[in-house]
Amino acid sequence: MSVIQEFTKGFYRQYPVFRQILGLCPTLATSTSVENGLGMGVAATFVLICSNVIVSMIRNIVPAKIRIPIYIVVIATFVTIVDLAMAGFVPSLHKSLGIFVPLIVVNCIILGRAEAFAGKNGVGMSFIDGLGMGLGFTFALLIVGSVREILGNGTLLGIPVLGAGYEPVLLMLLPPGAFLSIGFFLGFFNWLENRRAKSQSQ
Amino acid sequence: MDLQNLFVIAIGSIFINNFIFSRFLGTCPYIGVSKQLDSAVGMGVAVTFVLTMASAVTWLSYAYFLAPNESNLFYRIFALNTPPDLSFLRTITFILVIAALVQFVEMVIQKSSPSLYKALGIYLPLITTNCVILGVALLNVEESFTFIESVVHGLSAGIGFTLALVLMAGIREKLDLADVPKAMRGVPIAFIMAGLMAIAFLGFAGLKLGQ
Repeated sequence: MSVIQEFTKGFYRQYPVFRQILGLCPTLATSTSVENGLGMGVAATFVLICSNVIVSMIRNIVPAKIRIPIYIVVIATFVTIVDLAMAGFVPSLHKSLGIFVPLIVVNCIILGRAEAFAGKNGVGMSFIDGLGMGLGFTFALLIVGSVREILGNGTLLGIPVLGAGYEPVLLMLLPPGAFLSIGFFLGFFNWLENRRAKSQSQ
Repeated sequence: MDLQNLFVIAIGSIFINNFIFSRFLGTCPYIGVSKQLDSAVGMGVAVTFVLTMASAVTWLSYAYFLAPNESNLFYRIFALNTPPDLSFLRTITFILVIAALVQFVEMVIQKSSPSLYKALGIYLPLITTNCVILGVALLNVEESFTFIESVVHGLSAGIGFTLALVLMAGIREKLDLADVPKAMRGVPIAFIMAGLMAIAFLGFAGLKLGQ
């Protein structure tokens, strides 16, 4: 498979959030605004790339039976680095993401990629895979975050976009809004897939 | 022991801050295992059990190994001048402690009760990477709960999770018979249902406890 294919599969073919339904908890919890979504996405992408590279480097010396605990330790190390770095450089973002920064450890996308890809492929490809999947995850957070921020607050990245007369739908910022908007996004992606399958079979 | 305080923690984490509907922890198993009532009950019981034990074990490991205070065992054993602050290691310690605990629980159940193992066995390995467990452990530290408070918090978080899971499984069994648009079938409609249930749970936010 070519480098470009490995990179782009994170965006559509194996889209982690909307196609494989992985990594839902952070997507639900941190998509209240574009800023939070972007912060979470960048942090997860960093951890994903680093853990993919390390896992791929050590894949030949790790005994198969205890590989999962070892992968988790590798991931937890990078999550601790991100946690401390965010607390130091962007304290307000760190505060609004709360326990979801340390919870990147149990994000199933990251362990999933270590197990499904980095444990079987070379360092370069694993880097590309981590980058593609991470950016796909960030993109999912961004679109859900923008919808919720525009509808729930009338702003995008803090800038008013819907005019002064707009009455914000507070529900979109509250927990139900996260479930509803992701439900409709999943439906939309299913609809796209159904249409593609139909046009291919004709 | 302040019973009123424990009651506030329990009701708070079952209803007001339900771990699925308001804190978004454990959504993956919530969507994955809520297709049938039987498996939802099994998963709920397994999570509650592990959560209660994990709260106790992670609290002990934080208080005696990581926290920078007088009871830190490294401080006592090595007679250090100041208690070492190892709290930055909490994520990595907790995940290892939880993984070891789940593994241990699995072995004990397998030996002592084969029928229980048959019912819960397949859910146990999934629980290690369930963010509810690590989430509750981290929240216990963040809220600086005492030992008893942490255990009650873990137990009631598990009950809240089971409640949400069983309610959802009941609805999804009925949903199978409903005429849902093709693109929305399965997971998307489950999310819409979860959204509606989260609106219902918002009603509990009006409860005023203890103040």
